[in-house]
Amino acid sequence: MFELRKDIFADERDDNLKEIGKGTQRQDMLGHVTATSTYFNDHKLQGMLHLKVLRSPHSHARLRRIDVAAAEKMPGVRRVIRGADVPRNLNTLLSLINFGIDDEPTLAVDKVRYKGEPIVAVVADSHREAFEALAAIRVDYEPLPSVFDVEEALKPGAPVVNETYPKNSFTFHDKYDHQKLRFGDVERGFAESDHVLEQRYQMSPIEHAPTETNGSIAAPDTNGRYVVYTSTQALFFSLDTCAKILDVPSNKLHFIGGTVGGGFGGKVDTMTEPLAILGAMLTGRPVRYVFGREEEMQFGSPRGAERIYVKDGVRRDGRIMARQVRSYFDSGAYTRLSSYAVIKCVAHIPGPYTIPNVHADVFCSYTNRTPSTAMRGFGVTALDFALECQMDKLAHLVGMDPMEFRILNAYRDGDMKAHRRIAKNTALIECVQVAAEKAKWKIGEEFRRASSRKDGGGERAEIPLTPRDAVAAARPAAQQRTSYDRAAFAPPEPTPPPPPPPAPSPAPAASSHGATRFSSVFGRRR
Amino acid sequence: MAKTALQFRHNDHDVAVFVEGGDNLLVALRDGVGDHSPKFGCGQGGCGACTVLIDGEAHLACITLAETVAGRSVQTADGLKTGPALHPLQTAFMEHFAAQCGYCTPGMLMASKALLYRNPSPSRQDVVEAIGGNICRCTGYEPIINAILSVATGGGAARA
Amino acid sequence: MAKLRGRGMSSMNYPIGMNLGGDPSQALVHSNPSGKFTVALSSIDLGQGMKSVTRQICAETLGVPVEDVYVDTADSDTGPHCMGSFASRGTHRVGNAVIAAAQEARGVMMEAAAEELEVNVADLETDGRGNIHVKGAPHRSISTKDVAIAAQFKQGRTISGRGIFLVPLSAVDPETGEMSPATCYAHACLVAEVEVDDETGEVAMIKMDSAYELGRALNPRMVEQQLVGGAWMGISHALYETPEPYYPDISHGPRDFTEYLMPGPGDICPHDIAVLERPAPDAPFGGKGPGEMCANPVLPAVANAIFNAVGVRIDDLPITPEKVLRAIRAQGGARPQARR
Repeated sequence: MFELRKDIFADERDDNLKEIGKGTQRQDMLGHVTATSTYFNDHKLQGMLHLKVLRSPHSHARLRRIDVAAAEKMPGVRRVIRGADVPRNLNTLLSLINFGIDDEPTLAVDKVRYKGEPIVAVVADSHREAFEALAAIRVDYEPLPSVFDVEEALKPGAPVVNETYPKNSFTFHDKYDHQKLRFGDVERGFAESDHVLEQRYQMSPIEHAPTETNGSIAAPDTNGRYVVYTSTQALFFSLDTCAKILDVPSNKLHFIGGTVGGGFGGKVDTMTEPLAILGAMLTGRPVRYVFGREEEMQFGSPRGAERIYVKDGVRRDGRIMARQVRSYFDSGAYTRLSSYAVIKCVAHIPGPYTIPNVHADVFCSYTNRTPSTAMRGFGVTALDFALECQMDKLAHLVGMDPMEFRILNAYRDGDMKAHRRIAKNTALIECVQVAAEKAKWKIGEEFRRASSRKDGGGERAEIPLTPRDAVAAARPAAQQRTSYDRAAFAPPEPTPPPPPPPAPSPAPAASSHGATRFSSVFGRRR
Repeated sequence: MAKTALQFRHNDHDVAVFVEGGDNLLVALRDGVGDHSPKFGCGQGGCGACTVLIDGEAHLACITLAETVAGRSVQTADGLKTGPALHPLQTAFMEHFAAQCGYCTPGMLMASKALLYRNPSPSRQDVVEAIGGNICRCTGYEPIINAILSVATGGGAARA
Repeated sequence: MAKLRGRGMSSMNYPIGMNLGGDPSQALVHSNPSGKFTVALSSIDLGQGMKSVTRQICAETLGVPVEDVYVDTADSDTGPHCMGSFASRGTHRVGNAVIAAAQEARGVMMEAAAEELEVNVADLETDGRGNIHVKGAPHRSISTKDVAIAAQFKQGRTISGRGIFLVPLSAVDPETGEMSPATCYAHACLVAEVEVDDETGEVAMIKMDSAYELGRALNPRMVEQQLVGGAWMGISHALYETPEPYYPDISHGPRDFTEYLMPGPGDICPHDIAVLERPAPDAPFGGKGPGEMCANPVLPAVANAIFNAVGVRIDDLPITPEKVLRAIRAQGGARPQARR
């Protein structure tokens, strides 16, 4: 059942619209049911070749020798592509907007950093011939120790996954191995609380599993350019990434997307286009590179795993006084978009609640696993899981109904958020009220009368006094554990932050010498 | 590798393509016949995006050897219309908004067509089982189930 | 030896769009000789309905019926730049760009109509059915088709428009995390009811009730598609999915759909949804995007419902039967909590 509650916030809406608000049939629905919607792979090009890649069986290894001689002679093989054939073989996705350092090869050259990393590409007349040629490639690996745990990876002495980040951690603002959120004084907040609850949450990676796998078809075009049919979710993002990796002017590439057969974030990373286009350039023929399902599942980038520690202080009347979060994003072997996930996560803390003291350190860790990427809810899904389980536990601790507990702590119009912006256009309270009503979940009268538009602002609009970081952080208090522990983890030592700068940080300069900022697409590239 | 001629009935037409031993029916249909309606989702028989009808029964084209359809009737989503008119299942999917990305839709339509051919009045459980091998990542299945039931309860068997 | 039911809830918000590099999108709108419009985008439709919602937005802004508008997209030669379809940015960013382009095109169309009807442009309005007439005097009217012919063959005007939308660049303070991450937020609250089998640890979904606040439901049927489909994915994340079942150990990773589990059509449950609309001031007709919001609330609501049913907390996703059973045994049996 689906209903529109037009009565709520009616005074803020003008519903006198003609086309907006109607359940008009989708422009693409007829194409879907007649199977005429075009996906990237629905193109039959004359003389099309097939590209498959050899993938590392090791999580971490030096590549001592790569011998493709036998493969090159196999029947149907048109071209074998090595790292040296890729014009600019090192990239990071967000370099297009000046956020990050090039750290990932298109084809590995001296080292592989995750099981499944591409090393050699074979372009052949048929799928089968491409696979048979891959089997004829000889690689001498020297396996290296791997690290798979996000906190182990940050400890001194851990194997270095990605030499661009020798401490296995992305560097924020060229100085910190984490992004900070500081709002008020959590220690004072804990001291003012009646209960302190510290918990650990873990979300494993998630595979996008779209019904259509990643893929693209690249072909020489009639005007000296290359046409690329692609499953990408971001046409120009992929086009510009390919222009950079292949060192060609962007207008040499004509990207055509179709309907995408499910994306969910898994088709942003430009995984097949660079090699497909390079294959077309080197063979002069159309080249198709499509992930098989096993490839998609294990070597196509997943949602990154997250480990989240939440420590809350709550008063017996139900007000949360302090929230401290320490969280680790598992970026896998390369950065891709994970550095931005950290920023999204920090922006989301402490959730849609007005909490007077908030503190967070969020890390982007490198491990020897498939690099992760965005997925539906990027930077937020796992955090919301942690925060809302935590809210349920807090409500239980103070003996309060979970719905009423949310309404009590909910943010309202005019409240200051922890990232120092005033909340507006809020509606959490109304959502809780309506859901409770639908579910016949009784809540008290005062909670049924609460409103996002009342009782916000005033004192709640102030930015509280926020102390500077001390040089050495205190060891965290002993943590409550869930009843099921898969492995015994010692309470982890947080990385002590470096000494604070002597003066307040300057406002970001227009063309900064190195501070990380979100410059425009046309900004200076590193 | 030697190619052999494969002749079969494809929707309304007799077709002939050349296949190698080991080619599956999905490749024969997409790259041979040029029918792009069955989709590649996994190549492992695990997702149902390649569902076609062979002599009226639902089969997974990606794990069916092409040679095994010699002389038989293969139907795909491409052949559901009658002239310009939509099949009742196609109309029902539209009315119920039972597709978002559309990639699973051809397979879903063929699986439900096979169901209605053998059981014109399925229960909800019958429908659930019939599409149990078709993965949809977008819709959450509810609108698809409702679309199929609406054709069933709308009266009249949908002929193969 | 029982199947025990429990309910749990969660509430949350979701940021619309990104603050990465201004997060821009562009759109072009132009009319053909008979007053039919094309919206040219490079934005990608991955099933969320990008083409459809921008079509409605364009028609509304132009003041013409939706049948007079088609959206052409995903071609880098003809579509202007768009960052892409992710971060729930599509409706907001692309929608606003389409409004800007359609407003410019409408302006030209109305000027052309004013010239034909020999009135002041301020005296004219569209009727949403393909006509432009004088306010209060509907008989003094001209069709958009005739306006287009006059503009293009006689007056020498192009009925077209360009639009771009982006948000101000925002730096992130290294010491405090101060930033402007998004201009508006969607909201949600969801109640999940589950049934836990205390012999097998299996969790079955019984019912969901939810309320989502989305600014404005630009197309309610498409909003319903997102919310129903997204909640299914939320169940899948909560109870089934992982490519690393022994994370952080990478072994035994699934390679196909028999090993990577997701709920099938027999595993879904009824879901009653209410949509609230508090328009965001800078969003197209106030509409925020539900595309990511819709999966998130299910995960903690299910975990909290399991606690309510059997008294165990699973803080590790996915919540597999094995984890539930171990937890129940560790606490010496199921401990149902007070019924909500």
